[in-house]
Amino acid sequence: MAEVAEHKVDNTPAGEEWNGGAEPFKASYGKLMMWYFLLSDAFTFAGFLIAYGALRFSNPSWPEPDFVFQTAPFGIEGMPLIFVTFMSFLLIISSVTMVRGVQEGHRNNTSGTAFWMLLTIIGGLGFLGCQAWEWNNLINTEGMTALTNPFSRFEEGGQYVSAADLEKAGYVKTTKVLVEDAKPEDNIPAATYYLAPGTEDIKENRFFVKRDHHQMHAAMHGAHGDDHGGDHHGDDHGAADKAGTTFDASEPYLITYNGETKAYELGAYKSAGGEIKNESFGPKAFGGLFFFITGFHGFHVFSGLAFLTVIMINVLSGLYVERNNGHEMVEKIGLYWHFVDLVWVFVFLAFYLL
Amino acid sequence: MAEHRTYEESIKFVYYGLGLLAFITLIEVGVSLFGKGHIWEGAKGNPWVLYGAGFLIIVLSVYKAYFIIYEFMHLGGEAKGMAMSILLPVLLLVWGVIAFMQEGGSWGARRELIDEKNALPAQDINNDTGMLDNTKTISLEKAMEG
Repeated sequence: MAEVAEHKVDNTPAGEEWNGGAEPFKASYGKLMMWYFLLSDAFTFAGFLIAYGALRFSNPSWPEPDFVFQTAPFGIEGMPLIFVTFMSFLLIISSVTMVRGVQEGHRNNTSGTAFWMLLTIIGGLGFLGCQAWEWNNLINTEGMTALTNPFSRFEEGGQYVSAADLEKAGYVKTTKVLVEDAKPEDNIPAATYYLAPGTEDIKENRFFVKRDHHQMHAAMHGAHGDDHGGDHHGDDHGAADKAGTTFDASEPYLITYNGETKAYELGAYKSAGGEIKNESFGPKAFGGLFFFITGFHGFHVFSGLAFLTVIMINVLSGLYVERNNGHEMVEKIGLYWHFVDLVWVFVFLAFYLL
Repeated sequence: MAEHRTYEESIKFVYYGLGLLAFITLIEVGVSLFGKGHIWEGAKGNPWVLYGAGFLIIVLSVYKAYFIIYEFMHLGGEAKGMAMSILLPVLLLVWGVIAFMQEGGSWGARRELIDEKNALPAQDINNDTGMLDNTKTISLEKAMEG
């Protein structure tokens, strides 16, 4: 490191500081510009996260993160924030291996630098893989998309009602395939739901008997394997039936998304006032903000991995030994990689912890 | 700061950093779950616990950010002017956060106001004049009191 520091000594004679060539910041152009790029990127991310905060403050009900993010691979349910904590650890570890890479770079140890950079790349790939699983689970299993948010909170207490209750109240049992322009070869089964007498058959007016989302999926995949062809929906998921369950105001809920009928099942409940209502979708902004901000961060991770790979190959070729500046390129990509970790600290804070 | 460390010391320091960041992250998750009432049922729904936990988590996250910037990104070892040219603009964001959270809160209050207004009966049109009949209009202030 000592020989690197010598480059930065300011030898400008007194009185000639304005003649050019002075380096008041004692840093190379490339490193300085990487810092200012990261500063501008910090403002971009801050803009997105502030938008998240402002929209969250403006909505009367917002999904509860520890309820939304409680699923992990291998069928783990009801473990709030555990999976995302693991993802955070992956990024922290890859940040630490990056520091080791920069240290070895200063000593011109090419194989050591490349080794630690390879570990950093593996950590980053692991993080992206986890994010892919998380997105896939949210979109395909739980039915959250950029425009539809099935997660919300009750504004009042109540009790889920059964099919018999709905029929007694005069609700009309309806069976229909709810996917528009479904082809016969798609084999999409019909959904069964109830309509209040005289109401239009639109999404918001369909009352379903509440079923536990996760239990329903476990039953589907456990009992039927990959056989999605049959018309075996309906009564065979009795274990997931939640009719009769009571809940309090501000309790979080997830509108059941039926992967077979491709329909959101808005659970019918009786409010404290005795009125029959159904669950409503949560604030629309939640899905869009989540996918956009974590996606933008994931894109930073992805491009960081591309740069890391190129620079690791250059390290192995001995290019930076020739430049004799203490592997400054490794230091610059290191700055970028730490920044990705830094942004995750705040994404983790805004989306998962608070 | 890192400039004064020998090679062996700086390797040791890196693993100290790993332990520190992992430990703070675990504490954060613990505090977050406690604030939401997952660890002790009694904490659920208590606004003081929720806001206290939120404040603590934010402080810990800012400390993590400081550690990453000063130690892993070596900003502490750069020229002071350079460090300030990067850190001072970030102060603008402090104002951004305060202003937009305020804005969000006021937007939320407005949504509630609109909901309350929508719940009111519509103003009647006077059939003779075709104008709004103000005598039949319920004043908003009165409706909100009731």
